Amino acid sequence: MDTLILGLPVAYYIAMVAKVLVAFVFVLLTVAYATYAERKIIGHMQVRLGPMRTGWHGLLQPIADGVKLFFKEEIVPSQASKFAFLLAPLVALVPAFISFAVIPFGDTVTIAGYKVPLQIAAYYDQAGAEVFDMNVGVLYILAMASLGVYGIVLAGWSSNSKYSLLGGLRSAAQMVSYELAAGLSIIAVFMLSESLSLHRIVAAQADGAWYAFKQPLAFVIFFICSLAEINRTPFDLPEAETELVSGFCTEYSSMKYAMFFMAEYANMVTVCAVTVTLFLGGWHGPSILPGWCWFVAKVYFLIFCCMWIRATYPRYRYDQLMRLGWKVFLPLSLLNIVATALWVMFISK
Amino acid sequence: MIMPLINGLKITLKHMFSKPVTLQYPTERPDVAPGFRGLHALNVSHDRAKCVACYLCPTVCPAKCITVEAGEDANHDKYAAVYEIDMLRCIFCGYCVEACPVDAIRMTQTFELASYKRADFTYNKERLLEKK
Repeated sequence: MDTLILGLPVAYYIAMVAKVLVAFVFVLLTVAYATYAERKIIGHMQVRLGPMRTGWHGLLQPIADGVKLFFKEEIVPSQASKFAFLLAPLVALVPAFISFAVIPFGDTVTIAGYKVPLQIAAYYDQAGAEVFDMNVGVLYILAMASLGVYGIVLAGWSSNSKYSLLGGLRSAAQMVSYELAAGLSIIAVFMLSESLSLHRIVAAQADGAWYAFKQPLAFVIFFICSLAEINRTPFDLPEAETELVSGFCTEYSSMKYAMFFMAEYANMVTVCAVTVTLFLGGWHGPSILPGWCWFVAKVYFLIFCCMWIRATYPRYRYDQLMRLGWKVFLPLSLLNIVATALWVMFISK
Repeated sequence: MIMPLINGLKITLKHMFSKPVTLQYPTERPDVAPGFRGLHALNVSHDRAKCVACYLCPTVCPAKCITVEAGEDANHDKYAAVYEIDMLRCIFCGYCVEACPVDAIRMTQTFELASYKRADFTYNKERLLEKK
């Protein structure tokens, strides 16, 4: 244990790897059980029961679904562009997961005398007693969110099917329009926190000074636009079952389909985590529970809200969706930026 | 503009805490309504079927699923030597019950009539009598 690598003990490195593994497995499990939670919650909201047969109250349902999808026949349409067809699910899935690298899910923990921040892409500087993380964390998340759309467009194009192509195109148009409003709405947060690092943004929200209270408009716009960006209901036009027969994933089967499904839920978890980090004070909360508990609780609450919204609202029409994005959310977020800028310049100083 | 959206959310949340209407079918059974028209049964009186083979039920049957053949018993009374209902054709309209002048046929609450063999769907007199 006394061997030092780059001035740090082995236990420190083990702790770092363990941190990554625990976070990743936790996200994966959350993704799997988000499908179960969604079916249960929507079921009960529609006065049904949801899955009940697989295990106690259907608790093994996600595992059964996974096993079933694994053993499904692998079908690649003969006219499909094979390489792109196989690549697309990966392109959709990977960005959804790697966004988690910069999200702080707790305060520092002390392992072998060294403080380890509960954030994958971060380290604790012992000399300065300060946590350093990626200083453009939010930009990184926005970049990864934009990458996800390539998977969907690629899937739609490579399937060589009209429905898939339409689904892919819709998704591209939708994501581009809503990304703008979502990106602009969080500029107000940067103005207040004066940092792009997620750790700093969370630190600025200590003691209940959440940006959701200071920036309610930005919070609402960001959350709604994020829903649109990840194709959740009521903005799930790319996979509109009734008109596009599942849109971009019509031709997908087996595990490739499961990967799109996972990407969708992983995106939801990521978006909720980002919203918690930017607006709901991250891991801050009353000290009766450790920080990561508060973080998980807040994320789960937002995931519940996503499902609640899905159970309540019907799907937007395509022109309504575009109108909402460009004529309502974009001007509102611009207005919010101007108002916040004026406030920061003249009133808070 | 915002209030209807919030009202919608309220309604779904309220429903989430109401009792689900789902019936866990094979373990939980539905209460079949009193007038339910399920599987037929031939009524019995003095240890023999009441049916007098008057042919009113096959006549009235819109699906033509009832086959009756009359016979003569030891007392020179007319009785149904053959009484068959083809459940694959039956539409469960209950006209046979209404038409019967001697109250010899009724409809029970049995609704699980699935089977693996086509032959199982032809209910002969013995099988119809079984359900007392």
